Amino acid sequence: MNEVINFISQPWPWYVAGPVIAVVMFSLLMLGNNFGISANLRSLCSIMGAGKHCEFFDFNWRAQVWNLIFALGLIIGGLIAHTYLTPSTEVNISQETISDLQQLGIENPGSSLVPQNLFSWESLATVKGFIMLVIGGFLIGFGTRYAGGCTSGHAISGLSDLQLPSLIAVIGFFIGGLFVTYLVLPFLLTV
Amino acid sequence: MKILRYLIIGIIFGITLAKAEIISWYRIYEMFKFQSFHMYGVIGSAVVLGIVFVQMVKRFKLKSIDGKPIQIYPKQKSIPRYLFGGIIFGLGWAMTGACPGPMFILLGNGVSVILVIIAAALLGTYTYGLLRNKLPH
Repeated sequence: MNEVINFISQPWPWYVAGPVIAVVMFSLLMLGNNFGISANLRSLCSIMGAGKHCEFFDFNWRAQVWNLIFALGLIIGGLIAHTYLTPSTEVNISQETISDLQQLGIENPGSSLVPQNLFSWESLATVKGFIMLVIGGFLIGFGTRYAGGCTSGHAISGLSDLQLPSLIAVIGFFIGGLFVTYLVLPFLLTV
Repeated sequence: MKILRYLIIGIIFGITLAKAEIISWYRIYEMFKFQSFHMYGVIGSAVVLGIVFVQMVKRFKLKSIDGKPIQIYPKQKSIPRYLFGGIIFGLGWAMTGACPGPMFILLGNGVSVILVIIAAALLGTYTYGLLRNKLPH
């Protein structure tokens, strides 16, 4: 048993993760549901009462309870991976990425899951921390509902069904992502 | 227990994305800089196998486990909503390094400030709901 745990405690390669993601999508289809995580954000707004004054949130969120349970599973899965299956906090990013980030003032890139200086409560009071976490989070919530899906709904479910709208959305994800990575982060991280 | 199935599938998905480092801000940055094949391998292999699964569902007219035909609805045809919505999402994705799934998984990993990102994402979704009728779709 220990050998099994040691084996799965290594970082998983892409050719394991990709097929597992496809199997998760297929399992949800077989259970009669469609894989798409961002729909939970709409359900949560609705549960908090947004449906009272905005018709977009006035829908039967109870039909989406399965998805909220799935999201709860994500939190538990993260907790299990963190507590039992991840002996090293290092992320195996490329040497090029490490040196690029060092130039942008990130300390020890890849030594932890997320850049610790940025992903902290103190960082929220700084300009770059506020923009990256609060504005960034807002844009994700706004954009995903506008586009009708996120990485799971469009990049995985939609592309698997060869849907042109999903391809357009994924191209949009990259236009936005490349813009921020090449033109915004170099300034923001060095403020 | 039907609910338990979704919980277990979610746990498997959460462990997988954590163990393959997909929830790491660094991996998303690296992807957008085209400095590693990792993320492209993950998404690419998921989509290739996903296409096989969806084709199986359609060709063999598979039924879900409770005996109903599996419905995969085609998305509404349009360009602006997917392009503009996608770009806005992409801006946020590259900043936070976390799309909605990883947000929840990071919370389980003990990155507590992610709660602020989730709250901001809820506010973003709510704002979209309010402005929806004024936006090009």
